[in-house]
Amino acid sequence: MAAVSSMSKMYGLCFHAVRQTAGLKASRLLQRRGFRVTVVQLQQPFDSSLEKPQFPGASAEFVDQLEFIQPNVISGIPVYRVMDRQGNIINPSQDPQLSKETVLNFYQKMTLLNTMDRILYESQRQGRISFYMTNYGEEGTHIGSAAALDPNDLVFGQYREAGVLMYRGFPLDHFMAQCYANADDLGKGRQMPVHYGSKDLNFVTISSPLATQIPQAAGAAYAVKRENINRAVICYFGEGAASEGDAHAGFNFSATLECPLIFFCRNNGYAISTPTNEQYRGDGIAARGPGYGMLSIRVDGNDVFAVYNATKEARRRAVAENQPFLIEAMTYRIGHHSTSDDSSAYRSVDEVNYWDKQDHPISRLRHYMTARGWWSEDDERSWRKQSRKTVMEAFERAERRLKPNPELLFTDVYQEMTPSLNKQRESLWRHVQQYKEHYPLDLYEK
Amino acid sequence: YLSLDRRKIPGLILGGDAVSWLRKGIWCKTEKMKHSKLPAIFAFFMCEVLHFFNLIGSPKGPTQKMNLFQSITSALDNTLASDPTAVIFGEDVAFGGVFRCTVGLRDKYGKDRVFNTPLCEQGIVGFGIGVAVAGATAIAEIQFADYIFPAFDQIVNEAAKYRYRSGNLFDCGNLTIRAPWGCVGHGALYHSQSPEAFFAHCPGLKIVIPRGPIQAKGLLLSCIADKNPCIFFEPKILYRAAVEQVPEEPYTIPLSQAEILQEGSDVTLVSWGTQIHVLKEVASMAQEKLGVSCEVIDLQTILPWDIETVCKSVVKTGRLLISHEAPVTGGFAAEISSTVQEECFLNLEAPISRVCGYDTPFPHIFEPFYTPDKWKCFEAIKKMINY
Repeated sequence: MAAVSSMSKMYGLCFHAVRQTAGLKASRLLQRRGFRVTVVQLQQPFDSSLEKPQFPGASAEFVDQLEFIQPNVISGIPVYRVMDRQGNIINPSQDPQLSKETVLNFYQKMTLLNTMDRILYESQRQGRISFYMTNYGEEGTHIGSAAALDPNDLVFGQYREAGVLMYRGFPLDHFMAQCYANADDLGKGRQMPVHYGSKDLNFVTISSPLATQIPQAAGAAYAVKRENINRAVICYFGEGAASEGDAHAGFNFSATLECPLIFFCRNNGYAISTPTNEQYRGDGIAARGPGYGMLSIRVDGNDVFAVYNATKEARRRAVAENQPFLIEAMTYRIGHHSTSDDSSAYRSVDEVNYWDKQDHPISRLRHYMTARGWWSEDDERSWRKQSRKTVMEAFERAERRLKPNPELLFTDVYQEMTPSLNKQRESLWRHVQQYKEHYPLDLYEK
Repeated sequence: YLSLDRRKIPGLILGGDAVSWLRKGIWCKTEKMKHSKLPAIFAFFMCEVLHFFNLIGSPKGPTQKMNLFQSITSALDNTLASDPTAVIFGEDVAFGGVFRCTVGLRDKYGKDRVFNTPLCEQGIVGFGIGVAVAGATAIAEIQFADYIFPAFDQIVNEAAKYRYRSGNLFDCGNLTIRAPWGCVGHGALYHSQSPEAFFAHCPGLKIVIPRGPIQAKGLLLSCIADKNPCIFFEPKILYRAAVEQVPEEPYTIPLSQAEILQEGSDVTLVSWGTQIHVLKEVASMAQEKLGVSCEVIDLQTILPWDIETVCKSVVKTGRLLISHEAPVTGGFAAEISSTVQEECFLNLEAPISRVCGYDTPFPHIFEPFYTPDKWKCFEAIKKMINY
């Protein structure tokens, strides 16, 4: 079929390139994380007597038929999964066979995240926090990938990866403190809610501009490679952010500079209101990987084991071979983009219900657990009660806490305080002393 | 590290150490530009040796005659030698760079430390931020300051705000961005720009511009050591034209400290980079033709800038002229002017004068008319004196 032959022609070029360098890679694997100093395709000396192209820019064969390569979007890159939608293992060899304790932890972290999301979304609606973004439907992408990493691996996120932090043990109090911007916030109250960060848990603080973290992750991975301490970097982003120039920059840099980096794209169907058919015309994000010379895979993001397996293998090879991997996790954003969005304006309730009821990472994992007798109705009831209780307790603590001292408005602009900023700070204080009744000083620490 | 922490050149005071330097054959030379590509109106003074003598302590170790790009190479060489995490990257840096600033470094320190990146400024700076966040020293080169704009988002939204937004959990203080800067005689719109004003509006960044090889090495080493993201603009016209005896050992010149190159009592002249040499000539002209004594200040650090030194000088002289190649509207002279009139209003004898580029893109064939040359500055001084 034309589609098949052109697909193999498109990928054939890539496969050919892979095969060509396989010999180089094999010998370098023997050096185990020894430096793959940039060799690229060894440039043969130019010899026009051969009927092969001699161009430095590409190694390929000549062809005398005019044919445009057909981009294959109809039957594109297949979606790797381990469980079906009912949580049954399809191919037993792919079951990671994790312990009951580990799987229960996956489940509890996903549901705890879900519970926290419900309560904090509600708290924004009640005017208690200014803004919130939920993670409904994408819990599997967070927990599956986080579990496959080493705790020392550096995480660069976009904004919908709270489950990664939760998996690593970020306390509920710290989540709440950041959302409330109170005096316990590690970020000192400077950013909008959900812009979490944790140095201890190797989770780089979130920033609002999209995709800026992608080339940064490449740089961090390069530095980490030079340290040679078995450390990887993972970079999360959505399919919308993947349209940014920074994404192209990050992919290209990580491939040319041979960085131990996992690119994890959460393709959840929407960038606010923009559906994927308005975001890209090619075969998603995974199909771009080969264009950069990058190993790529597409996985079922609602299958926590598929996400786990793919991330685990990508991490192992990224560090061993010093090259980036691209994982496109297909999923669905069940919630609105944020508390500022009402998605019924651009999609049907039926569509959302399908994903909520028929293909949810939490229920699929629950079916897996109940099938093994690891989780009962009673367990579910008591866990729901307990998780809700701990979230509410953290919530109430955060509500009562004062905001940080306004002095913190002026610090950390530079490592040191500057004379000019000092003057501005003093001028604010004098002003506030004079007009104190117009400033909400009681809400802030002294 | 020898820290050169002094500000003034009180005339011709030579210390004992300085005299021995003279005996070692340090030369002082004035050179007119013969090269046809450089603006004929511009003469470069190389009497840096005089101020060099007044530095605290004598410079350690031998010096070598170096031009500006060689002094940059020397600073980078020192850095790669002392800091095993340091890496230098950008377009074409591997073979030595289009301005020769990185010649020899790849062979000396290895392909993993001095390497080319793809042609993508937003990638270069983004990558550099990541290297810095991971704890290594990142020295990113942008091939021309004119091409820094694709990286504007990464610089302004990310690098500058990293520490503040994370509550000091993360920062990219280990990042230094270097870029060739300023007019070069024939550069036109896209090889002549001085974009410091765009970045001066961004808290969290440091912006530094040297006037010659000795300053370049010391200031660049300070930027690299500084725990904040720094942009270091290198006047490209001086890469070959400026030659001085530069110490081979590393040393730093403090940031955010303006340098008074010559003291005066009637007018304060402020600039940075190439334009300093124009102002020094203007100061001679003013003394000779008008009997006017000018105090010449090199700002060196644009952000955060040394408000105290400039204001103190204006309190003394009562007149201020600020000059830069960049267009006058929204140029950094506007910031200096605004602050000085706030702080020194009653001391001013005349309105503050800005002699800058016009509000046009940087032209090619019209460069001799565009640049804020010594005649325009001289005329501005005359007006201030006669106000």
